Amino acid sequence: MTNLLGKLAAQAVLLSVCTVSVHAAELHVLNWKGYGADEPWAVEAFEKATGHKVVNDFFNSEQEMLTKLRTNPGLYDVVMINAAFTGQALAESLIQPIDTAKIPNYADISGEKANSPMLNQDGKVYGVPWVWGLTAIAVNDKSFETSPTSISVMWDEAHKGRVVIRDDAVEAIQFGAIASGQNINDIKDMDAVKEKLTSLMPQIRTFWSSENDWNQMVASNQIDIGTYWSGSADRAKTQFNLPVSLVIPEEGAVAWLDAFSIPVGSDNVEGAEAFINYMIDPEFYVEWVTKVGAPVSANEKAVAALPEDAFNRAVMGDPKVADRIQFQAPITDEQRKEYLAIWQELKVGAQ
Amino acid sequence: MATSIRGRGGIGPALPLLTPAYLWLVVAIFLPLSAMALFSFMTELPMSGRDWSLTLEHYAAFFSSGLYVTLLWASIRLGLEVTLWCAIIGFPAAYVLARVLKGRAREAIFLLVILPFWSNGLVRIFSWAMVLREGGLLDTTLNAILPFRIDIDLMYSYPAVIIGLVHSYVPYMVLTCYLTLQAIDNALIEAARSLGASRLQTLRRVVLPLAMPGLLAGSVLIFVPVVGSFMEPRILGGRTGTFYGTVIEDQFVAVFNWPLGAALSFILLAVVLVILSLSAPILRRVQ
Repeated sequence: MTNLLGKLAAQAVLLSVCTVSVHAAELHVLNWKGYGADEPWAVEAFEKATGHKVVNDFFNSEQEMLTKLRTNPGLYDVVMINAAFTGQALAESLIQPIDTAKIPNYADISGEKANSPMLNQDGKVYGVPWVWGLTAIAVNDKSFETSPTSISVMWDEAHKGRVVIRDDAVEAIQFGAIASGQNINDIKDMDAVKEKLTSLMPQIRTFWSSENDWNQMVASNQIDIGTYWSGSADRAKTQFNLPVSLVIPEEGAVAWLDAFSIPVGSDNVEGAEAFINYMIDPEFYVEWVTKVGAPVSANEKAVAALPEDAFNRAVMGDPKVADRIQFQAPITDEQRKEYLAIWQELKVGAQ
Repeated sequence: MATSIRGRGGIGPALPLLTPAYLWLVVAIFLPLSAMALFSFMTELPMSGRDWSLTLEHYAAFFSSGLYVTLLWASIRLGLEVTLWCAIIGFPAAYVLARVLKGRAREAIFLLVILPFWSNGLVRIFSWAMVLREGGLLDTTLNAILPFRIDIDLMYSYPAVIIGLVHSYVPYMVLTCYLTLQAIDNALIEAARSLGASRLQTLRRVVLPLAMPGLLAGSVLIFVPVVGSFMEPRILGGRTGTFYGTVIEDQFVAVFNWPLGAALSFILLAVVLVILSLSAPILRRVQ
């Protein structure tokens, strides 16, 4: 009898310990859907290795991400932020400094990205660079014998009605800046940008908004060319076997850097550090690229672990490419509103 | 029933029946709408401690550029066109349902009319995308049947938006017309016929005037949401899919400018109310 009681007591203690540890180890991650952190195999491997239970939540725009952080303080433990927005999140006290000593893989991140002024302030680190990529152009291989090299192909009469561009004011304006030979972060001649985009409008078939839109239009052979993200073009090829090739035009392309931050009020900082470390680990990255297709890791060792001819290593790592890409800097709310007004006017003019 | 309640002394006994509905309306519609009305006069959203003050600038923004006026006009035109097509397609269907078909056949056709209501709006629109595009269902089927080759590529065009919206809203017209058509006394039609009116004259002088309330109710039910629609134009319209509703959506989603988005929405509401109240006397005369 006492034996039985003892067993029961032991079980109860064990059970309560288990539930407590499970509660403490829940890890809330906020990221784009289908963007690495929610891959089932990755979540499983991470949970097995660390015991933290990953709970994914998603956003559809940077604005939504900031809103979720503002309205749910203390809920999230890890958030993926485009580096151009990290400063805004910090200014609103939404994220906290990160102790990089707890993230062993941090040491392998390329220096210029780790030290980016967008992610560091007063000697403290607020964002761990994860991946970077390009907003360049991608072509439907069925429509081109040899891939074009210049952005001017978007204006080519031969592709009239078979060109797409993303329905995003900032991306469109920055694309116009590159097409008119300007610095995307310091557009001096907005009229030239408007002129470029106005003359592009008759070429346009539609404005895409998600990766899925783009891939479906290529799959049904409705488009020849359009602006696209480098990681998405890779995924279209690897995962969906679509005839898509990314082109980094000689005029240049817009580059962005995605980083992980830890929101203020996180109750599982230890888990967050472990998760970020796993996300920038070479092993995870190689599997992500091979199975799904991904942008370029900020971790130099992770990129080096790819096969030599891999697109993310051979093309994206090419110094000549590095010379002509322009990294996105933060944009003020005022600029964003101005860009949207210009973009809406252009779209209305296109009707 | 109504008179007996009034006879027993006012609204008191009806309160337990009314309270749940009105409570729900207050919580779910009136409060958020009031918050939106307040936002539309604010410089910033009062979130994460930002400073804000009251302003009229968002309403001024509507008039400061021709952009919003042009778009609003385009949306109103879209609303009128869609309403017209719904009437042209929906009224005959309702007539057949109410006055020709009986029993099982009526139930079956009715089900087909209601069916779109049971499917998600987004699914309906995406299935249209599959039908309308070049090499899509319509294109392939027609070219398989016809001896000559035609290219049908309606996707990403103004007609595609009209088709998608008419499909979504035509059940409203069928239902409202059906109710009024069904209530028409057969004796009236028989009297018109026996007095020598042709079928067309009977339709024009007897049936149509009696069915007018249903036609008008359907028109209002369709016109108002179509003017503010944004999903169908965005997905089906492509380059031509920028309307007043999509611009409002951009303000909320793309730039987090809720105040301007709210102001634009209330201007739309005001314009729609003005249109409805201006047309009210005409409509009443028609009835």
